[in-house]
Amino acid sequence: MKPAAFSYHAPDSVDTAVATLAQHADDAKVIAGGQSLVPILAMRMSAFGHLVDIGRIDSLTGIDRTAEGLSIGAMTTQATVQRSADVAAVAPLLARATAFIGHFQIRNRGTIGGSLAHADPAAEYPAVARTLGAELELTGPNGSRRVAADDFFLGTWMTAAEPDEILTAVHFPAWQGKTGFAVREFARRHGDFALAGVTCGVQVEGDTIGRLAIGLFGVGSTPERASAAEQAATGASVDDLDLDDLAATAVADLDPAADLHAGAEHRKRIATALVREAVSAAVDEARQGSQREGANNV
Amino acid sequence: MSDTAMPDPAVVTMTVNGESCSAAVEPRKTLADFLREDCSLTGTHLGCEHGVCGACTVLLDGRAVRSCLMFAVQAAGHEVTTVEGLSPSGGGLSTVQQAFQDEHGLQCGFCTPGFVVSVTALLADNPNPDDDEIRDALSGNLCRCTGYQGIIRAVRSAAETGHAQRSGPSQQQVSAS
Repeated sequence: MKPAAFSYHAPDSVDTAVATLAQHADDAKVIAGGQSLVPILAMRMSAFGHLVDIGRIDSLTGIDRTAEGLSIGAMTTQATVQRSADVAAVAPLLARATAFIGHFQIRNRGTIGGSLAHADPAAEYPAVARTLGAELELTGPNGSRRVAADDFFLGTWMTAAEPDEILTAVHFPAWQGKTGFAVREFARRHGDFALAGVTCGVQVEGDTIGRLAIGLFGVGSTPERASAAEQAATGASVDDLDLDDLAATAVADLDPAADLHAGAEHRKRIATALVREAVSAAVDEARQGSQREGANNV
Repeated sequence: MSDTAMPDPAVVTMTVNGESCSAAVEPRKTLADFLREDCSLTGTHLGCEHGVCGACTVLLDGRAVRSCLMFAVQAAGHEVTTVEGLSPSGGGLSTVQQAFQDEHGLQCGFCTPGFVVSVTALLADNPNPDDDEIRDALSGNLCRCTGYQGIIRAVRSAAETGHAQRSGPSQQQVSAS
């Protein structure tokens, strides 16, 4: 349980970090909070000649409210995200999902950028990013670019980031109108990776579903969106929503891997139940919001 | 500046339990091994060495973290508190340690340093946790002996003692001594 030897770099700027990555090409790895990377190194599932620690780059930490919503620096810890009043106000799904990440000792070191860049298919943040329509900011030798979360996750532990690019920030759009959000996850033990998990955002216009986003994690090689179910429900009356039908549609195309912890069919059945619960809870929250607003008008 | 790598071994200096600790270490040396081998503080235990068991939990700048999931070079310049640093300077046990003893919160004791550090962090953050919060906070530490019931009682007891110390008249005596 000791990592193989590596050279350690602790740059104090993004430019230096990018230059170091570019110099060492495929033999270098960014370390953020290290809560996933260090176990991988310790078990020697992987080894790198160079670790580039971005933990001493001050500009990568912080949560800012922007015109579009929220901008969160990649090195912002999960603990900070969980406690942030801005996150709770603008992206409540992100705050609620954070409670499912590991344990509080892990969240004290683990970062939002690290979790997204690591791209574990059973992780919460990648599904949240896809559900909310986040954009990920990558910085490389030629400057920065933004990649939609929908285009970022390519496979298990694989992303659209180039070897000389660093995930520097995440941008979450604020959802407008009467909204509700929910996250549901099932794991064998609290803090374990999810056997299946669901994130949901809904916007209600009057009695109609104006917008619905359902994210699924732990049930494929990337976080998934239940696009067919979302489209079927959008524009429908809230009262006519058939949750059983919606959940069946949401998991219909999933093909989860079977492993020691759960078979494929087991994971799909869990996901089905979680979609029902999450959508129901999100819709209830959105409607309660509208009732509150109605009560204020009286 | 073509090579930005730190020297290997690198001289790492951090404050551990209020005292400066410095050693030349390989970058791959974990904070846990640094504390045990270079600071001679063997109270921090290593169980799984990949972040699952929590036996190696220490405070980094006051926050509970796994010392096996970071490298000593990353902790350079920071303040670390290990279980040894939680006891009163004159000897004896901290409130949390005393509660573990009183409530049979340990049997073999291997996991206990990690629990004591985690619970100390919990109560600093949330002095009156309910049972759900206690169980949630303890979920990051594994104990294979006790079945956890004594540990949960110990947390409740430590919270009550801490509350009494803060609100009772004895606080002035403690701080005056």
